[in-house]
Amino acid sequence: MQKVLVYDGSFEGFLSVVFKVYEEKLANVDIQREGNVQASFFGESEEIVTNKEHADRVWKGLKKKLTSFGCNQVFYSFQSELISVENTLLDYIQQVFKSTLNIEKDFSNSTILKISKITKSVSREKHRMEAFVRFRLTKDDLYFANIEPDFNVLPLIAKHFKSRYADQKWLIYDIKRKFGLYYNLENVETVVLDFPAHFDFTKTSGDFFADQELEFQELWQNYFKSTNIESRKNMLLHVRHVPKRYWKYLSEKQPL
Amino acid sequence: MSFERIKEKLNILADAAKYDVSCSSSGSNRANKDKGLGDSTGMGICHTYTEDGRCVSLLKILLTNHCIFDCAYCVTRKSNDIKRAAFKVQEVVDLTINFYRRNYIEGLFLSSGIFKSADHTMERLVSVAKKLRLEENFNGYIHLKSIPGASDELMREAGLYADRLSVNIEIPTREGLKRLAPDKNREDFIKPMKKVRNEIIQYKAEKKIIRSTPKYAPAGQSTQMIIGASGENDYQIMTASNFFYKKFNLKRVYYSGYVPISYDSRLPQIGTDVPMLRENRLYQTDWLMRFYGFDVSEILNETHQHLDLEIDPKLSWALRNIHEFPVDVNRADKRMLARVPGLGMKSVYKILHARKFRQLNWEHLKKLGVALNRAQYFMICNSHVFERRDLEPSKIKGLILQNSKSKFRNATSSQLNLFG
Repeated sequence: MQKVLVYDGSFEGFLSVVFKVYEEKLANVDIQREGNVQASFFGESEEIVTNKEHADRVWKGLKKKLTSFGCNQVFYSFQSELISVENTLLDYIQQVFKSTLNIEKDFSNSTILKISKITKSVSREKHRMEAFVRFRLTKDDLYFANIEPDFNVLPLIAKHFKSRYADQKWLIYDIKRKFGLYYNLENVETVVLDFPAHFDFTKTSGDFFADQELEFQELWQNYFKSTNIESRKNMLLHVRHVPKRYWKYLSEKQPL
Repeated sequence: MSFERIKEKLNILADAAKYDVSCSSSGSNRANKDKGLGDSTGMGICHTYTEDGRCVSLLKILLTNHCIFDCAYCVTRKSNDIKRAAFKVQEVVDLTINFYRRNYIEGLFLSSGIFKSADHTMERLVSVAKKLRLEENFNGYIHLKSIPGASDELMREAGLYADRLSVNIEIPTREGLKRLAPDKNREDFIKPMKKVRNEIIQYKAEKKIIRSTPKYAPAGQSTQMIIGASGENDYQIMTASNFFYKKFNLKRVYYSGYVPISYDSRLPQIGTDVPMLRENRLYQTDWLMRFYGFDVSEILNETHQHLDLEIDPKLSWALRNIHEFPVDVNRADKRMLARVPGLGMKSVYKILHARKFRQLNWEHLKKLGVALNRAQYFMICNSHVFERRDLEPSKIKGLILQNSKSKFRNATSSQLNLFG
């Protein structure tokens, strides 16, 4: 009989669930995040409260068995928010703890290979977001950008932007997940924002943005156009490099 | 800034810079100190890509397209009737900073036509880099062109502020250069390259003794060659590359298929195809030399002076050296695994680790992402399926071509297109 374990969607919450699985020696579980629960027809369901102490113990245990890269894989895979990734991760973690060796590179093991592939996908999008974020300067001297990534990569790129743009206030907002990261010249904070009804993320309205902002975007668009070599044009390759789902928020793809 | 004037200059001077293929922004590590602007993490970032598929990592512009030289292959040659423009130093600085702040670019790539003299031009390039570093506290990537013939003093200073320096050889052979750019000397290209190489060697030696030695061109040097403008064969081109990699410790050599832009009879006619497939094969060969342990003479030599356009150079080498195969995937060393067609370095890495846990079979290899359509003919593993021994090389080639769908197939197909 399968038991559904419901948690709050946070990484600490997930680690708390793992702790519970070991503590109670649960054998057949389906981990689901709250708000996303699919009813189990025959099994019972239990809500697991996030417990920082339990989560820390699990994380410390993982650090002993894995390299920092391996631990990173666990966190990155979790950030993928893929359906059922928690169950794959639980399987992975159980194998890690059971083995006397570090198995994070056992690529012929299908669970480990799968986690490796998920990590690669999340890493790729993290890298893309480091590239595709487009700041726009607001009237209040804030560099504002909005993104809509497939995976929850915004927390993963905070460090990059904090060290790179240390001398300017910036805010990057994830439209899909409805939260942003705001750097106030000292710290990076998580923020939730209410936008005016007429705010259009794809437009650079003079109501919110500085006068020179459209000028620089035009320069950038012209630059982008100038770099193209018509006789070597290859849109298939271009779209593979810059998938269309990102075009909405790229300045160089807006109409001139 | 006067946006209208800047826009016009940018259009002219970015358009003129686009034939320089270099787009790298990796290889340098520059931390952000004192809450400045920017950092470089050693791993480059492509902030967008052109519609022909090239990375846009840097603001790549000429300082000016005025030039005293008349190189037949170059769009900014003296005798070409085009609109000329020139940036002021401060304009380049402002443009770079504002683009960088919006995360459009990793930094600046600054080249130039040569006006008045080599040193006069080089001085201005250096002053842009210097202003960015010292006045704007900019820690992003800077790639400066070395102007052929520039003095040692200027090259020394350039490397203190730039991450990478490069001088484009453009024409792979001395004879080709004489024919297409008679007022240029190959020695003038070599001179700044030699100076930079020596400064890098000195910097590395001094840094061992004094850790705070200021950086000198931490991302090294690169160069570029034009493919198909002057009739060199692949052997000549890759021999030249090998020379530059070995002699000057270059980080990169770029290969740029000639885009016909001139009616000069010394060059391929306008309308001639850009040799993109050939260019791709040269890049593949370059990769094999730098990352897969091949010596250039194994791939190209007196007997094989042209790369096979139908198949990649690694497969071509394997078919010519069939006696080295099959390779046992569970025992072979890294060097030999890397020589199996269809095994990239990432697959080799996965295999080396995965086989520590168990003997690998075809199913495992397929899941790892190995390109089995090629690799199967050159490997054995813990399984009897797929084994095909004693096939003739030409038969193997036929089987591989028959089962693959090359993205370049159209470029080489001689069949008529009934509907085109």
